[in-house]
Amino acid sequence: METYTWLRTFADSWHLLFMALFFIGVIIWAFRPGSRKVHDDQASMIFRNEDKPAGKDAAKSEGASEEHGKGR
Amino acid sequence: MWDYIKLAGLGVLVLYGAIGLNFARDDAFLVHALIILLVAGGLLLHTLRRIGEPKPVHDPGVYMDDVVRAGVIATAFWGVVGFAAGTWIAFQLAFPQLNFEWAQGYLNFGRLRPLHTSAVIFAFGGNALIATAFYVVQRTSAARLWGGNLAWFVFWGYQIFIVMAATGYILGSTQGNEYAEPEWLTDLWLTVVWVAFLAVFVGTLVKRRERHIYVANWFYLSFIITVAMLHLVNNVAVPVSAFGSRSVPLWSGVQSAMVQWWYGHNAVGFFLTAGFLGMMYYFIPKQAERPVYSYKLSIIHFWALIFLYIWAGPHHLHYTALPNWAQTLGMTFSIMLWMPSWGGMINGLMTLSGAWDKLRTDPVIRMMVVAVGFYGMATFEGPVMSIRSVNSLSHYTDWTIGHVHSGALGWNGMITFGALYYLTPRLWKREGLYSLALVSWHFWLATIGIVLYAASMWVTGIMEGLMWRQVDAQGFLVNSFADTVEAKFPMYVVRALGGTMFATGAIIMCYNLWKTVTSVPERKPVGTAGTAVAAE
Repeated sequence: METYTWLRTFADSWHLLFMALFFIGVIIWAFRPGSRKVHDDQASMIFRNEDKPAGKDAAKSEGASEEHGKGR
Repeated sequence: MWDYIKLAGLGVLVLYGAIGLNFARDDAFLVHALIILLVAGGLLLHTLRRIGEPKPVHDPGVYMDDVVRAGVIATAFWGVVGFAAGTWIAFQLAFPQLNFEWAQGYLNFGRLRPLHTSAVIFAFGGNALIATAFYVVQRTSAARLWGGNLAWFVFWGYQIFIVMAATGYILGSTQGNEYAEPEWLTDLWLTVVWVAFLAVFVGTLVKRRERHIYVANWFYLSFIITVAMLHLVNNVAVPVSAFGSRSVPLWSGVQSAMVQWWYGHNAVGFFLTAGFLGMMYYFIPKQAERPVYSYKLSIIHFWALIFLYIWAGPHHLHYTALPNWAQTLGMTFSIMLWMPSWGGMINGLMTLSGAWDKLRTDPVIRMMVVAVGFYGMATFEGPVMSIRSVNSLSHYTDWTIGHVHSGALGWNGMITFGALYYLTPRLWKREGLYSLALVSWHFWLATIGIVLYAASMWVTGIMEGLMWRQVDAQGFLVNSFADTVEAKFPMYVVRALGGTMFATGAIIMCYNLWKTVTSVPERKPVGTAGTAVAAE
């Protein structure tokens, strides 16, 4: 098969399948159990560290929100 | 050691500029060689004089905001330049006498049109994206920008790219590809700057002190990476001479057209959409003081947008030599794209749920919400226009121009204005904006200007589309091209007035931001609106 036909066939079969499955995987991942807590933390990330970077000892964790809340 | 490498590199550039000045094959290259000579020469002397002196220290405990401040100024400046150029060429279309005889070949519509599009997209939009990306990635990573002065290189390098592109257009150096007009030398320079931009952004993400990467940064990152890919593939060309601006592209025929519109539509999709969605996901929640409506939706929004946008390009090539299946593919993906676009719009709008009263009191959030509204409108109109039978009416008419402007002025322009109003008091540590009344003036001038623009282009676009296809009882075409031009005159005047209003609003914004920096008292460190979390 020439390159054009081969690529075309690949694109509308295996690659299409790969993308569809990947996308479904993303949706399942977004709705996985326990994701709400993580997402709430992520969504409120923009309200901390407004004026200066976090210090060297700042925990690189999900608990960071509580810590920063107290810090202020 | 680094200083000596820098000196050697600058020396080579000075030499290239000087030789280029001597052997230049065309005016555009002559000017570009002069720019290279002057900038590299100036930097050479600057570096030479300071060699061995202590370097400025980059304190990792402070955000690097000076480069963002420069970006805000550049955004406002290029915005006014780009809007003024657009208004001027709108008047040139309505009144052709404004293509002055003495300026033929330099300042006529054909030369100024790419100047306008590049000034608003790449100079205004690009500077806004770079500045906000630098601001947002620092705040959401809780880390100073990576790479020290590399961020300054990105800023100034980008300004040099803009000047090279603009002077090139005026002097006739163009590849003739929409939104990809700059020739090989300017393209190479942009590649260098863009790689540095990617390095600064990813470097900052790598050293982040937050566990997760905030969704705005995903949009920014996809914008940076995809634009790099598009730029490289669409600009594969062999220069005719090392001292001339002409080059021969590798792609030809329908492949060239397909690559160009793959580039062109994804310039819209990733430069004007993904990047600005990054702005939306940071600045709207910040200005509303509420987290984004649904973080899950933002994840799905991101992946759906990324997967679908990249395939939509062929809808620019309906009824051409492009294979029919490719046209159908482009059309199908464009229609599917409606869903993630509206998902994102809903996510942006619903962030205000429970705080809708802010629309009445805060003109800045009003601006951002109208921006998202225009985003929703443009991303509905786009899929409709990509349908082949609608496209047969709308293509090559002013409807397309109207569609682009409701997206660019409404979505990109308004969200950028909102971001500038948000950033200026914070970056210059002011208590607030100089005048909210002036923001309201800007808001209404811009909104009414866009409505005039879009409405007049709908009328003239559909009218000329219908006039072009009108046939009499014998099957002969009824109208000549000049007939449509004559019929469009009143709408062209309305469009130019809409543009004037939009540009006036931007000038009011510049005055307001200037007064904010110079006349508003400095913000006190604690207990003001800027720091929302109260000390306990």
